[in-house]
Amino acid sequence: MRRFTLIAVPYFWLLVLFLVPFIIVFKISLSDTALAIPPYTPTLDLSSGWEGIRGFFAALDWENFTFLTTDDLYWKAYLSSLQIAAISTLLTLLVGYPVAYGMAQSPDEWRPTLMMLVILPFWTSFLIRVYSWMGILSNEGFLNQFLLWTGLISEPLQILNTNKAVYIGIIYTYLPFMILPIYSALEKLDASLLEAAEDLGCSRITAFWLVTIPLSKQGIIAGCFLVFIPALGEFVIPSLLGGSKTLMIGKVLWEEFFSNRDWPVASAVAVILLLILIIPIVLFQRNEQKQREAEGQ
Amino acid sequence: MAQTVFAPWEEADQKPLIQFKNVTKRFGDFVAIDNLTQDIYAQEFFALLGPSGCGKTTMMRMLAGFETPTEGQILIAGHDMKGVPPNKRAVNMMFQSYALFPHLTVAENIAFGLKREGKPKPEIEDRVDEMLRLTRLEKFGKRKPHQISGGQRQRVALARSLAKAPKLLLLDEPLGALDKKLRQETQFELMDIQEKTGTTFVIVTHDQEEAMTVASRVAVMDEGQIIQVATPADIYERPNSVYVADFIGDVNIINGHATRAGDGYDIAYAEGTGKLHAKTTTDLGNEGKCALAIRPEKVSITAQKPAKVTNAVKGKIIDIAYLGNLSTYHVELKGGQMVKAQTANTRRLERRSFTWEDDVWLSWTDTAAIVLEG
Repeated sequence: MRRFTLIAVPYFWLLVLFLVPFIIVFKISLSDTALAIPPYTPTLDLSSGWEGIRGFFAALDWENFTFLTTDDLYWKAYLSSLQIAAISTLLTLLVGYPVAYGMAQSPDEWRPTLMMLVILPFWTSFLIRVYSWMGILSNEGFLNQFLLWTGLISEPLQILNTNKAVYIGIIYTYLPFMILPIYSALEKLDASLLEAAEDLGCSRITAFWLVTIPLSKQGIIAGCFLVFIPALGEFVIPSLLGGSKTLMIGKVLWEEFFSNRDWPVASAVAVILLLILIIPIVLFQRNEQKQREAEGQ
Repeated sequence: MAQTVFAPWEEADQKPLIQFKNVTKRFGDFVAIDNLTQDIYAQEFFALLGPSGCGKTTMMRMLAGFETPTEGQILIAGHDMKGVPPNKRAVNMMFQSYALFPHLTVAENIAFGLKREGKPKPEIEDRVDEMLRLTRLEKFGKRKPHQISGGQRQRVALARSLAKAPKLLLLDEPLGALDKKLRQETQFELMDIQEKTGTTFVIVTHDQEEAMTVASRVAVMDEGQIIQVATPADIYERPNSVYVADFIGDVNIINGHATRAGDGYDIAYAEGTGKLHAKTTTDLGNEGKCALAIRPEKVSITAQKPAKVTNAVKGKIIDIAYLGNLSTYHVELKGGQMVKAQTANTRRLERRSFTWEDDVWLSWTDTAAIVLEG
């Protein structure tokens, strides 16, 4: 009984905070748009009894999902989101790995401080931090002023309102999610393994490739998923830093909901996005499982 | 059949494989190795023995190339090792933690060093099979390190370090993680493998029993210096200092004042007691302070004063340590000096001749005790 209660708590949590909202969104995606509050039909009318319920289900259809396939905006937005998320994940890895490596190599007494510095940006509002990037990247921003002052460029660089700014924004925002799992994998690495590799004939660089990288693989995979999954549905960064040409599904979703007030189509977009996200999440969990098995736990 | 004794250190025409020449290693202010000079010969099983922090691990790490001497020279096979990185030395090391690669199988671990040499695949496979056979791990080649026992991991580490057929194998506390019984078995295996492969082994250990069992020569170290280098038997029977005598095995140390008498010294150790006599070649001058070291098993314990013995002293049994095959009697002499005497338990325990508070005589011959500078 006690075990049941213990298990019931997380399941109840999932049911209330995930499954119920999902069912509501899924239901809206099957509805039709209407000039009403809420802006869709049908709504469940229990006062007319059994007939009402039957009528409610009869009015639901897959129309909105078909609509998504007819307009190429949607699949282009999905593809472009996947591309932006994938590229920025790779770039975050390239920036994050050396940082994590440096932290793991630093003297013990420095590590808590470095760790705090990585987490420190979270203490400020995410929105404010993205706004400040606008100040840095705009044509009159600090970066361009600095580059003009050094004489490296004669014309200001157009960074803000392009995909470049989106990449910079995503890398900046999600870097800690990349650093922390890689750092925790590298920190556990036994230094004598590298000495053993050198002793057996590796140079420092081959030892890094043959020992350090494979042994931090789990951290790399975890970090990549932690960046890729939220980056795919990212809305704030592309809408603030990106231009009109930046196509991301999060932005499309927002426009459908708030500009078009077409809740059913927006919900359909959200349901598809969730399905796309489920694939990497399942892969991620399988990876975790495999790791646990490999470590013999 | 006449057997030649393996003792290259006594032959003048032998060239040492390893030479430490006035090596000093400092870490900041701490002197880990203090102006040390030592030769080690090919095919030796050389043990570095000492308490933790005595510098034995530093010596080994300098041989492997992980540390460089602050001053002095290390030569391997006549070549100065200065500036030669670990991966360019014909030296392999077996790590205390074994340092097996957790992401590779046992066979891949053993093949790791061979692959770096760029040898052809079939040759590598043959060598790996050979090493698996040597260490009796044939069945475990495909397992990962976490899927085998501690003793097996120890053998994988040994196989991996031997796979490249190094001139010199360094073993850092190789048996430290094993339980006592397995450790004793493995000691003999190690000696066996050392003999089969003809590799020079340098072993670091703090376990004197282990050093005595496996080594051809033992170097007892303290505070960055080698106090004595000798065969296990010599280290035990003829320690050159109180430190070595005390570090190796059990010993009674009696401090006293020596006066030359005949072919040795008479030693006065307490007020109002007779003098002890010991034969020695140690020269303390005509008289001086000295320490007498006597192994407990060389002290006889009797109820009556034995006749015709050079040294006989009376005392009272304070404590008895029963070890199964042996018993150690702690006897207090007149004047408070404690002396341990060890006898084999050839009779059943209930028929033991002595018990607590018994007055007994302890005796030893004039060659049993070693006279050391006090």
